[in-house]
Amino acid sequence: MTELKDLEITYDKPNWCGGCGDFGIWVSLKNAIVQLNLNPWEVVLVSGIGCSGKLPYWVKTYGFNGLHGRPMPVAEGLKLANHGLSVIVIGGDGDQYGEGTNHLIHAARRNLDLTLIVHNNQVYGLTTGQYSPTTDIGEKNKATPTPITEPPLNPISLALSSGATFVARGFAGDAKQETELIVKGIQHKGFAIIDTMQPCVTFNHKNTFSWFYERVYKVEDEEHDPKDKAKAFARAEEWPLKHAIKEGEKERIPTGIIYQEERSLWEDGVPQIAQAPLVKQPIDNIDIKPLLSEFT
Amino acid sequence: MVDVQWLIGGEAGYGIMTTGAMMSKIFTRLGLSVFDYVEYPSLIRGGHNAYYVRASDVDIFSQKRPVDILVALNRETIDRHKQELAQNAAVIFDSNVTKVDPSEFPSTILQIPIPLLEITKQVGADRLMINTVAVGASLALFHPDFLVLEKIMQDVFGRKGEQVVATNINTSKAGFDFVAKGFSGKFPITIDQKEQKSVLIGGAEAAALGAIRAGVKFAAIYPMTPINGVLNTLSAQALKYNIIVKEPEDEIAGINMALGASFAGVRSLVATSGGGFSLMVEGVGLAAQTETPIVIIEGMRPGPATGMPTWSAQGDLRFVLHAAQDDFPRIVVAPGDAIEAFTHTMEAFNLADKYQLPVIVLVDKYLMEGHMTVDSERLRVESAKFRLERGKILSDEEAAAETDYKRYAFVEDGVSPRSLPGQKGGIGLSGSDEHDEHGLYNEEAEVRAKMMDKRFKKLETAVAQNEFPAPVLHGPAEAPLTIVAFGSTKMTVMETMQWLAREGINVNFLQVQFLSPFPLDAVSLAIKGAKKTLVIENNKTGQFEGLIREHTGLSINDRLRKYDGRPFYPEEIVEKVKLLL
Repeated sequence: MTELKDLEITYDKPNWCGGCGDFGIWVSLKNAIVQLNLNPWEVVLVSGIGCSGKLPYWVKTYGFNGLHGRPMPVAEGLKLANHGLSVIVIGGDGDQYGEGTNHLIHAARRNLDLTLIVHNNQVYGLTTGQYSPTTDIGEKNKATPTPITEPPLNPISLALSSGATFVARGFAGDAKQETELIVKGIQHKGFAIIDTMQPCVTFNHKNTFSWFYERVYKVEDEEHDPKDKAKAFARAEEWPLKHAIKEGEKERIPTGIIYQEERSLWEDGVPQIAQAPLVKQPIDNIDIKPLLSEFT
Repeated sequence: MVDVQWLIGGEAGYGIMTTGAMMSKIFTRLGLSVFDYVEYPSLIRGGHNAYYVRASDVDIFSQKRPVDILVALNRETIDRHKQELAQNAAVIFDSNVTKVDPSEFPSTILQIPIPLLEITKQVGADRLMINTVAVGASLALFHPDFLVLEKIMQDVFGRKGEQVVATNINTSKAGFDFVAKGFSGKFPITIDQKEQKSVLIGGAEAAALGAIRAGVKFAAIYPMTPINGVLNTLSAQALKYNIIVKEPEDEIAGINMALGASFAGVRSLVATSGGGFSLMVEGVGLAAQTETPIVIIEGMRPGPATGMPTWSAQGDLRFVLHAAQDDFPRIVVAPGDAIEAFTHTMEAFNLADKYQLPVIVLVDKYLMEGHMTVDSERLRVESAKFRLERGKILSDEEAAAETDYKRYAFVEDGVSPRSLPGQKGGIGLSGSDEHDEHGLYNEEAEVRAKMMDKRFKKLETAVAQNEFPAPVLHGPAEAPLTIVAFGSTKMTVMETMQWLAREGINVNFLQVQFLSPFPLDAVSLAIKGAKKTLVIENNKTGQFEGLIREHTGLSINDRLRKYDGRPFYPEEIVEKVKLLL
């Protein structure tokens, strides 16, 4: 049985700011691995760059800390080479909704059996507080002399239209729900994205824990049917707003499993790995002589 | 001595490539040494295509200027290539389609007006098969027996069914008969059937074969000229050899996917040209920093930006040597011909695994898309010589015995044993951040310096292990002139040396294959020992010459550079050498 202590590293501990939303995701992820009783050596965390990118450092599983925006293709190659592993991608809003959005779209349509957890704090924290692709419209910070007029990217809508087969939103302030979403995301056969609202206590003074507590609700409490894609889109479009908030208006932020469907996996259509993972296939003494006749 | 060059020209979309390949096959099957070279614009239809096939009964290594048989599928071909005709050349054209004034050629030129289009109608073939008629007509000029072509048609089209085979045979036979009847004995070159010992292979195919032999399991390749042949060859063999060949959404995804697969433990490859490599650059640094093995084939073409997509150059040398921020060890090797494309690509996988770093195989359009005969026995021998070496990868038992595994452990030779995900006990971190032995981010001055030294130590170890064969000095040990070149320029230089030798002029040629680590001692020694030196390279600023000076502190006496998108011709090098001697 995998226990929490099996996932602890002894030579370091997280250095996120006190109260950072990343702690909630970190704890939830470890809980999920324990609940699913995954062998730590069969889990790989692939991350990008930013505060979220450091998460693999502090979980005792295999880890690959890659480039900004690029953990997704690393994870795809890794999964194809050894599809027996549980591959979990850790990204920030910069990684997944800015620098690497292209990869997110293609991973979603391919439907590899991967789980993506996005630490969405709506700000670039590690570079000390510039706006991100998900910063609310009308916000103003050090990277913009005037309030932002670009509507934020809607990760849930993007994932749905790209063909993701498991689309969820979590909140770092609700570790119980987040744990459950990660468990279900990993159990889901296919590409799962869990967009997680993760307050940055140092650089985002708007979207704070209390701000979220006042606005989040669970879709399952409102008889949502995650199999209904049209309804999923309707939930997705509830937030973020594409306009600056009007007086008397209050956001409602849907959380939980917004959408889930079963669709064939990309790796199921690859006969090369039907018998054994690529990495288990011997490569000594490969005979190319039969090929030479094609060149006479 | 037989030395014949055939050229077909016409509009893109009219099967010029297929026809050229067919002609190369004919010469190969007749037992000759063959080299082909194609010029085409970056278009699917329209624009001028020219496919040169040179063949000889002595070994040849490049194309040449004079054309002995010109097949002109349109008037433009005659206008463009008339000046290239040898004194006793033959010109094949469709008398009903192409207007030719008989007096526009010297009287020594054999004019062969042939109703190509009409013949296709007569045998009931598609009008697009005029080139097939032309192949038959060309063969009849120098060889009395149609059998060789009949067999080729059976082999090439057999899979498409008897009807297709029959149509191709009938169509080409009609062209063959037309010339055999009307022009028998009028062309001065005759080629007899000899024993065939060679296969005909392109640089891209040879590189792909090398990768397959080495055990590549994962290739992520976004299509780009001139490396499409690598993608197509791997893809054709993917199911037979269980290789995942993935076309990624872009080259950034490509290199990152390959690194993910390599991190999982399989041999991984990417192939691209300068533009795609530009996108991969950050990934090259990631491979170095995480010490993840990867083989990168970079096929040069003229740039910058889109440049001239379907032409050739050697202008990315400095780019691949310096790509990505800061310093890190990398191996760069430049094969000089198809057999070297095969062997170096094969060995690149061993080097990448043993030293856990990026290995770049630097090639170009001239090598990748040209085809040449290679002794099949030589290919078999090189393939048999190959020994799989995966370097320090922990076995499952070794990993299980670890109590505090450190992915980047400081070890004397710099190469830390690698665990693979899934191995119990081997849990470790691979980090893009500067890291300590565990792979944990670390910015302490001492750790940083030590980790940099560790990474570079791997290259020192590789040098000490004699991983890099010294540059080859081709030709006589003593000569009045030493040519220095890298990559595909080897082919034209080798050809030129033969030409010069026939005139009693002996030069030798220092071929530098490994550009990183630079073979400092061997190159210094060769330059110091040379009476006079000439560096030949396919770029504007003398990147290779500068590299030599940078490493050796030595100056090269003279230089020949070309940056018009075309490879060197032996005629150009002969002229330069004669000026110097």
